Amino acid sequence: MIAEAGLAALWLAAALAVLQLMLGVLGLTGGRDALLPAIRPVAVVQGVLTALSFALLIWLFLDSDMSVKLVAANSHSAKPWLYKFAGTWGNHEGSMLLWVTILGMAGAAVAILERRVAERTLAATLAAQAFIGIGFFAFLLFSSNPFERLIPAAADGQGLNPLLQDPGLAFHPPTLYIGYVGMSVAFSFAVGALVMRDVGADFARAMRPWVLISWIFLTLGITAGSYWAYYELGWGGWWFWDPVENASLMPWLAATALLHSVTVLATRDGLRAWTVMLAVIAFSMSMIGTFLVRSGILTSVHAFAVDPERGSFILALLAIYIGGAMALFAIRISTVKEGSQFEAVSREGALVANNLLLSAILGIVFVGTLYPLGVEAVTGEKLSVGPPYFNSAAGPLALLLVVVMAMGPVMRWRRDRLKPVVQRLALPVLLTAVALLAVVLLAPGIGILPFLGIVLAIGVGAASVAPLWKRNLRRTPLFTYGMVIAHLGIAVALAGMACESAFNKETLVAARIGDTARVGPFSVKLKDITPIAGPNWTALEATLEVTRGSGTPFILKPQARMFSNPPTETTEAALKVQLDGQLYLVLGQADDQGRWQLRLWWKPFVTFIWAGGIMVALGGFLALIGRLRREAKTWRREAIA
Amino acid sequence: MIAKAKHQRLVLILVAVAAMIGATLLAMSALSQQAAYFYAPDDIRRDKPEIGKAIRLGGMVQKGSIKRAADGVTIGFVVTDGLATTPVRFRGITPDLFKEDSGVVAEGRLDASGTFVADNLLAKHDERYMPPQMAGKMHKTETLEK
Repeated sequence: MIAEAGLAALWLAAALAVLQLMLGVLGLTGGRDALLPAIRPVAVVQGVLTALSFALLIWLFLDSDMSVKLVAANSHSAKPWLYKFAGTWGNHEGSMLLWVTILGMAGAAVAILERRVAERTLAATLAAQAFIGIGFFAFLLFSSNPFERLIPAAADGQGLNPLLQDPGLAFHPPTLYIGYVGMSVAFSFAVGALVMRDVGADFARAMRPWVLISWIFLTLGITAGSYWAYYELGWGGWWFWDPVENASLMPWLAATALLHSVTVLATRDGLRAWTVMLAVIAFSMSMIGTFLVRSGILTSVHAFAVDPERGSFILALLAIYIGGAMALFAIRISTVKEGSQFEAVSREGALVANNLLLSAILGIVFVGTLYPLGVEAVTGEKLSVGPPYFNSAAGPLALLLVVVMAMGPVMRWRRDRLKPVVQRLALPVLLTAVALLAVVLLAPGIGILPFLGIVLAIGVGAASVAPLWKRNLRRTPLFTYGMVIAHLGIAVALAGMACESAFNKETLVAARIGDTARVGPFSVKLKDITPIAGPNWTALEATLEVTRGSGTPFILKPQARMFSNPPTETTEAALKVQLDGQLYLVLGQADDQGRWQLRLWWKPFVTFIWAGGIMVALGGFLALIGRLRREAKTWRREAIA
Repeated sequence: MIAKAKHQRLVLILVAVAAMIGATLLAMSALSQQAAYFYAPDDIRRDKPEIGKAIRLGGMVQKGSIKRAADGVTIGFVVTDGLATTPVRFRGITPDLFKEDSGVVAEGRLDASGTFVADNLLAKHDERYMPPQMAGKMHKTETLEK
């Protein structure tokens, strides 16, 4: 019954999406303005229905209802409840339903909250939102029905991929999806403004919170995904330039550019056409991200099923949305008047440089990610593009970008001069020089990118707090703090990345019980190997006694786990965070002489990478709160006047 | 300084186009050096890749071929595609699903003796999820319909 109710809710929501689109189209043409007020409630009900449908699917998973095909294929009654719950979106159909649910709820939120833009522009925005939704409803209902029954019901399920049985599954996919879908809202605003010829500062202010929310969640999702891959795979790496990772990085790069250009549009009414184009690109990137991950053309733990029909369906949706968006942009962009002017050396100029560099990095990642697919489609030849390409092509541009990031915030709007800008940054420039000297003397012979990374991280970190210099800290608006913390977070993450790649220490040994190995400043003694059992797995657990210098020893216990449903082995690394880095220990196989493989890493300052990511997201959050509070204040003042 | 008034939009467009072209050229030149092609043992026999160039080798681990070296952390094995074989050397912990008669993708390069030195081994993620690169070379997946 519950599965049928869920499917009914989904069909109803799809019907309402069609109604929402028709109301918008009919209401905006031929003077039928009377229809427009109906569009808000329709959007709200549509959001509620998608949420209901998703809640019912969660219920089915928690209940382990094996008469539902999706549950039988992806769950198991012996699984801990958290993975039954999060397992709802640990598969293709469930994750697409989550996508649609977030889309529906975002549409409802726009309908309830948005009061800034004109009624007609809002109607066009919600119609665009419904148009995006319809494609995904069709995809779910016609080729990925999550509520399909299995007759006869299975005795028990096939279980969830053990790599996904991790608390990260509860967090990482929903955050990324909120990020992807948030971009669709920004895009719908852009469509609304283009259709109604309403591109200006008001449109930018209405779109900005959505861009910020989407960007905050993308940042969190990428940070969480990176840390998850780092500790779960047992490879010691935090970013692999895997196409699936790139699929989330590309929307983030576009969203970061959009976030900065929308500020120019909201504050100075400049960069109008460019901002609209970035909104189109950012949305396209999140669609391409969904396509890459969900179509099954990539090999990864994210590719749940290789089903050509689904791949073609998503590809068709992609072509319609991106093609449609580009076409609308091309037709209507000539009606967007040029915004206000600025000099090359100005805050706007720095933000343009930021946008160009981000776009160039985006282009490099895009080409590297899709080139193998293109070559294979054309010549049938298989190839892969890995870290050497991305690091050498995107790395230098990223370093240039952080230099611009250090300068931009201390520049004035409209026009400025380079000399005073350098004077305002005297202290960071000095620090950079000191850091350069220190690294040359203390750590000679490290690679050029890590070297520049460390030096710039110190200088840029200092420069990012420069906007607070000589200001009354209590009267400084919250969004300025947000910017400072986000920029500082970039410097912190950069420091972590550079230190990890420059000073990483690795030891690989085959140890008997009682043997000691060394890695960096640590000595690691293999005390014992014992079998243990968890709820749905068994494992071999090593007891390692670790000593740093002459300090007190502590025990770490890496595991090699065996899951029964489906039969799979996973590596559970043991991690120990220190102030200056992280120790990362992995247990490998035994050989016939009773030796155990141990892989030991000492990664100086590696935790800065994710700490920086969290700071960036926190900065975004403060900026969001700050902007919303400032606007609320303005409204109150206007209401009184 | 950017030229005054009405040409600003044009200048911005030109700068943007130039940046995009620059990025694309940079990307294409880096790609031509860095793209790692995917080889099966038979491809290596017919058209030997340059020694030291990064490539990927894919196929099945031949039965009975996994040999562990005395240091306990280096292994040697043979990859086969049914037509030819390539010996592989790898130092490290093998992935959880690496075993004989199972699919593997090795990232690395050929050395002068014709041995493939792997930096990294990728095995299929679990029993049910099949990398497309190995489709057809491995037993069929079990599905619910069966």
